Formats: sequence, C-alpha cells, structure tokens
Amino acid sequence: MSHHVLYSGKTGETHPLTFRIRDDRQPVWLAEYEAQDGYAALRKALKEMDPAAVQATVKDSNLRGRGGAGFPTGVKWSLIPMGPDAGKKYLVCNADEMEPGTFKDRLLMENLPHQLVEAMILSAYAIQAYRGYIFLRGEYVVAAERLNKAIAEAKAAGYIGKNVLGTGWDFELYVHTGAGRYICGEETALINSLEGRRANPRAKPPFPQIAGAWGKPTIVNNVESLSNVPHIILRGAEWFKGLSQGKSPDGGTKLYGISGRTRRTGVWELPIGTSAREIFEEHGGGMQDGLSLKCWLPGGASTDFLLPEHLDLAMDFDTIMKAGSRMGTGLIMAVDNRQNMVSVVRNLEEFFARESCGWCTPCRDGLPWTVKVLRAIEKGEGKPGDIEFLQKMTRDLWIGKTFCAHAPGAMEPLQSAIKFFRDEFQQGIPSQIPATAVN
Amino acid sequence: MTTGNCGCAGGQNTCGGNKGKDNFVLSDAERHDIEHAMEHYEDPRAASIDALKTVQASRGWVSDGAIDAIAAVLGIPASDVDGVATFYNRIYRKPVGRHVISVCDSIGCFLTGYEDVKSELQKQLGIEYGRTTADGRFTLLPICCLGNCDKGPALMIDDDTHGPVAPADVAKLLEQYK
Repeated sequence: MSHHVLYSGKTGETHPLTFRIRDDRQPVWLAEYEAQDGYAALRKALKEMDPAAVQATVKDSNLRGRGGAGFPTGVKWSLIPMGPDAGKKYLVCNADEMEPGTFKDRLLMENLPHQLVEAMILSAYAIQAYRGYIFLRGEYVVAAERLNKAIAEAKAAGYIGKNVLGTGWDFELYVHTGAGRYICGEETALINSLEGRRANPRAKPPFPQIAGAWGKPTIVNNVESLSNVPHIILRGAEWFKGLSQGKSPDGGTKLYGISGRTRRTGVWELPIGTSAREIFEEHGGGMQDGLSLKCWLPGGASTDFLLPEHLDLAMDFDTIMKAGSRMGTGLIMAVDNRQNMVSVVRNLEEFFARESCGWCTPCRDGLPWTVKVLRAIEKGEGKPGDIEFLQKMTRDLWIGKTFCAHAPGAMEPLQSAIKFFRDEFQQGIPSQIPATAVN
Repeated sequence: MTTGNCGCAGGQNTCGGNKGKDNFVLSDAERHDIEHAMEHYEDPRAASIDALKTVQASRGWVSDGAIDAIAAVLGIPASDVDGVATFYNRIYRKPVGRHVISVCDSIGCFLTGYEDVKSELQKQLGIEYGRTTADGRFTLLPICCLGNCDKGPALMIDDDTHGPVAPADVAKLLEQYK
C-alpha cells in the first residue's frame, strides 16, 4: 500500500520541490501557484539577471543531475555556445521516466505542472533557447494533460511566447509524448526520438550541447534537476547548498523513495545525503511482517545491489559510488529474503534484453544470451562455467565495449548479484553445488 | 512507397481523396491533428510519432495504408514511417482488441508479485501475451516499468493505470472495460 507521507510544516525554505503539493492531490494551477511564489523566480531572473548570471548561480549551487548520472547541471549548461552568433538552441526536458523502480518525476509533473513549466522557461532563458520540449513518456497520460494545460495558462499569462515579460526574448514550449522504449531516456537516443526517428543512441562527441536536436546546440535535463532551478534562483546558491544539512557535499534536497515489500512505499523529499537506513526504516517502515531485507538497489534497475550492511551510507552520488554502486535515481528497491537472486536478476536482464535498441552487437546479442543462461540456472539446468560466462559478459558488455550505457547498466545488478550471492547461482548448476549447501 | 488504388504517378499518395492500400484514407480530423503536430517542430519528420498516435487513437492500430498516408503528409518515405512504427512498442501494426491491457513486468512489480496477476489475467481471458480474445475485447501485452512502483503490481488498461492489483481484483477490473 502506498502512503505518501506529507510533512507538517513543509515550506519552500525546507522542501522546495514538494511544499506546494496539495493534500488532496489536485494539481496546482496558475493562480494558486503564483500565490505561493510561483513564477517569482522567472520574474526575478528576467528583470534582474542576464543569462550568464542565471547560469553562474546554478553552477555555484552545485546542483547535480537528478536523472541518475549526477553530472553538474551548471557545468552542462556552460558547454553550450552563447552570444549573438550561437543560433537556434533547444532545451529538452527528459521526462521519459522509465528506469524501473522510479516514480518521482511523475509526482512532480502530475501535482505541480507549473513548477516544471517555470523551470523550463527559466532554464531556457539561461541558455537562450528559442524552443523547449518536454519529452514525456507516452504512458504518463495524466501528466501530459496537466502539462499542456499549464503551458496554455503560462502562455496566456505572457510567460511563454513572443517577447517574454518584455525582455525581447521569444520562447515556445511543447510537450512531446513518446510511444514506449526505455532507450528513449538515453540523452542522444531521446534526441533521435524527438526528431521522429528510431531511438538509437548517437555517437559522442559531438555532445548535444554542440550538436543536438536538428544539429543545433541542445541541453537535456531531467525533470527533478530542472524543477530545482527556480528555487535556486529565488533563494540563492548558498541556501541550496545548505539544504543537505551537512549530510553530503552535494547541495539540495532529493526525491527519495522506496518500493518492494516494505510496510510503506512512496516518495519523499529529504536532504540529499540522507542515509538509506532512514529512507528504508523511518519512511518505508522496514519490511512487511515476516520478511527481512536481503539486498537493495539504490536507484533503479541499472544500479548495483547493496546489502543491509550498507544501509547507513549517505544516499549521494559519491558515497554510493564508493560503495560499488550508483545512487541512480535515488528510489530504492528493497529485495526481501524470500526472493531468489537468480530469478531477480533474470527478471532484470529480461527487461534490458527486451529494451535494447539493437544498434550495437554486444548489447543486442549479449543481453538475450545472458537471459538464456540465467533461465537455465534458474531452472537448475546450468552448466559448469556458466557463472564465469556471466562474469565475462559483465566485462564484455562494459563501458567502452558498447555504443551507450544501456548494456553496462544491465551488467551492474548482474555483477553485484554474483559478487554477493554466488551460492544461489551455484545452486542452479548441479555439478557446482557447494559442499556447504548439501546436507 | 507502393502504388495505391489511386494509381497516381510515382506511387505517391498525393491525390487526396482517393483510397490507398487497404482502402485507407486519413479523416479530416486526423489530417488536421498531424498538420498541427508538424508545426511544433523544425522538420515534419519529427511529427512521425504524433501522427502514428493520432491514427492509432481513432482506429486502434496502424495499417499499411496508414503508413503510406502518414508518409505522404509528412513528405518522407513510407519505409521511414514504418521503421519508426515498428520500433516503438506502443504503436500497434496489427489489429488489437477494444481494450489493451499492459502488464508491468519490471523488477518493482516482480518483487510485489505481478506474475500471479498475469497468470490470473491469462486464465480469465484464455490468451497468452501478444494475443487478442476471440470476441475482440482485450489484447494482453507486457510493458516495462510504469512508474507506479509504489502501487505495484501495476498495469494499464488503455490509458488508465491501476495498482496495486491482486489476482482477486482481476474479474472486477475487467468488468469496467466492455
């Protein structure tokens, strides 16, 4: 059962991303949004700040990309050409939330569509984009309706269109809805999809900041990353850094969440660097009766498993990386003690195999092969050498061997499952059952 | 591009009112929607997915004739439109039932027991994944994570997301879709 815990005394000061969310979960439209400082950041920036100053503030805040990679947003922006000769530029919001276990951007878009719209306008101003697209996964039907309505309201209010708020800057914003395929979340595949092509990734370099949509400089940012921008502009970089309350060198809050067989599931806005234990025990309420925590994925299917002993780690990009995984999207999946890890990994690899775009051979052929071997082991029909084969896959489908990060992402849960639960793989290979596992 | 019944030169379906492959003609509303979507982009090709979704919304699926008609409006080869149509799993190139059930089979729903829900659906509908019931009411498909993991097991029927769904809920849920 889901219980979105609402904070008593939430304010824009402490919970910038979620304080405007209504208890009744009705979307916040323009008048209500403006009554709570909505569009104040945009007005401030367009009146008092030039694009370079907006960029500098976001860079100073050390906001790191919330889509999973943690790349500093301000640094990404600083790579885009500026000045009178820069030509047409695009801002694209990656709202293709499809990383298994992740449901944070849905919350923001369904409840606070204007927050993302304001964020898009303000960020587009910072990079002087003339058009913006919200690349939204097709299944988010409610979010699409609400974002379109918010855009219409913003347009009527003069926040979008010709000569925004009298600055002489023109900006149009569109919702582009997808038609499936996880690979669309990959930045360059997303651009191909936006252009009406198959979502195969593109070679980098050139990076999208130089040659992105229709060959023009393009910035792609995640929903949560962008949603932080108005707050940073309104309250400043120092305030943003302080939000982590010393729990992390990173700044800001983070939408954390948990799913699996925990007592409570949901998503909560907490200081970045909050421990996984606090998320799991305090907010998730621990495992349901009769179950215990076997292991967990910190932030999506493409992150390495961690163990209960890792729960005290701070959930930030660098700490989780040092522990051998990635924070990813920051939405934890709790694996209970009744799960067999071969079955869990088989499910994960079936997902990655099906969602491979087929562009490069290691991914297109290596993932189904991996699934085939896992299915055999799951049925107790594994052959000697299968574990070593799977380990070879984790090297052969690794970064640098494939065109994009899809297959390496698929290898993260596999390599860590073998590392921590090798016994369970051996159980599926009759001649390799360890002596300790035989009565 | 193949020649439609119109028989116009070069096989381009540019003759408007005449019928193409499988007697397909875009309705005025469909054509209007596609042309409207084209205005959002630098290049008409970018409206490919919007166009496919427009046709699918009114007809349930995308036929060969629809591919040709969309290609003609966008001014790109039909093979490109079909390349896009066959890449994206939410575009159906075969007829589907009146309602499409998409069962999330990703890890979040795996951990909360989607397989029991899937089995119950298959039992009640009498079909496997990828099939449509004999009465044309339901098509059953798997889908990747719906972003509804806090309410898993989750599934979509048409545009509605449901969750958590227990096997015991299945009969009542299906009743809502005639």
